[in-house]
Amino acid sequence: MIFLALFWEFFKIGLFSIGGGLATLPFLYKLAETHPQWLTAAQIADMVAISESTPGPLGINMATYAGYHAAGLFGGLVATVGEVTPSVIIILIARFLENFDKNQYVGDAFWALRPTVVGLITFAGLRLLSIVVWSAGSLNLPASIAFALFVVLVLRFKKVHPLVWIALGAGAGILFNLGG
Amino acid sequence: MKVRLIDLYIAFFKIGGLTFGGGYAMLPMLQREVIDKHGWATIEEVLDIYAIGQCTPGIIAVNTATMIGYRKRGVLGAIVATLGEITPSVVIITLLASVLTQVKDSVWVARAFGGIRIAVCALIVQSIITLAKKSVVDLPSILLYIASTALTFFLGVSPIAIVVLAILCGLLVGWTKRRSST
Repeated sequence: MIFLALFWEFFKIGLFSIGGGLATLPFLYKLAETHPQWLTAAQIADMVAISESTPGPLGINMATYAGYHAAGLFGGLVATVGEVTPSVIIILIARFLENFDKNQYVGDAFWALRPTVVGLITFAGLRLLSIVVWSAGSLNLPASIAFALFVVLVLRFKKVHPLVWIALGAGAGILFNLGG
Repeated sequence: MKVRLIDLYIAFFKIGGLTFGGGYAMLPMLQREVIDKHGWATIEEVLDIYAIGQCTPGIIAVNTATMIGYRKRGVLGAIVATLGEITPSVVIITLLASVLTQVKDSVWVARAFGGIRIAVCALIVQSIITLAKKSVVDLPSILLYIASTALTFFLGVSPIAIVVLAILCGLLVGWTKRRSST
């Protein structure tokens, strides 16, 4: 039953992704490995682009998109509800959460979690990069040059909204055929 | 006065529908709806809730909606606020995804997404640098960072296992430190 499987997989993503936004990305890449019929690693990049260009929390947008991809309209709904269910369950122990962020053990766990989550996002970034700059076993030179250029520009003009970069990427892709 | 469920739904519908990207980007909208307009919480309470939302599992925006909904109308309020928060995403993304599925075979769309992927890659590099500057700052954190990237990328370890290991490692180190200091 695909909807049950979708709910369960996204329930796990909701439960284990800590830190918001891109933190769900490594889990989606893992999902693409274990359930290639649902989504591919290349499609995840498109999902990030769509999710950054539309309103709503990044993690939710990506869950809806991935679920839609796997099983249509109802799939998107089930994946999204699956991802938010852990949050709702956790409030059932809400009294315990009053000073949760100041709890000593939470502090201990986060001491290790913070750098680890950055490492997980790096894993997702490397997966994405390897799809972008490698095609059919060899280096895609135009894409690699474009990537280097984009990194320099994005880091130089930090305040520019992600939407602008995505639009520029689309333009460059059409002009220079960067699809590979 | 009892907060109406429909007001909770509408307030979080607006917050979800009018913020791009989640995280810190939602704070101004959260302030406008929850503090200024409805007076459901003070700014200190909202910042507290937001801080808790950051260190509990799940999407920060959803955690925040859930907690405010719960404080106002219990479990039902939590569910209604969360549904409000995710409705705009589900509607917009479903519409976009169905359009994109129809045009995905167009050569122009494929070319555009080829470029978009490169831009997204660069944006992720930027995010990683911003996050690393805050969190990867000393020898233990550098080691944890490298271990987490290497184990997932090269050895295919599941990110769930990495998160669980990190929590255990943090607890163990904290316990050891306190033990040696007393």
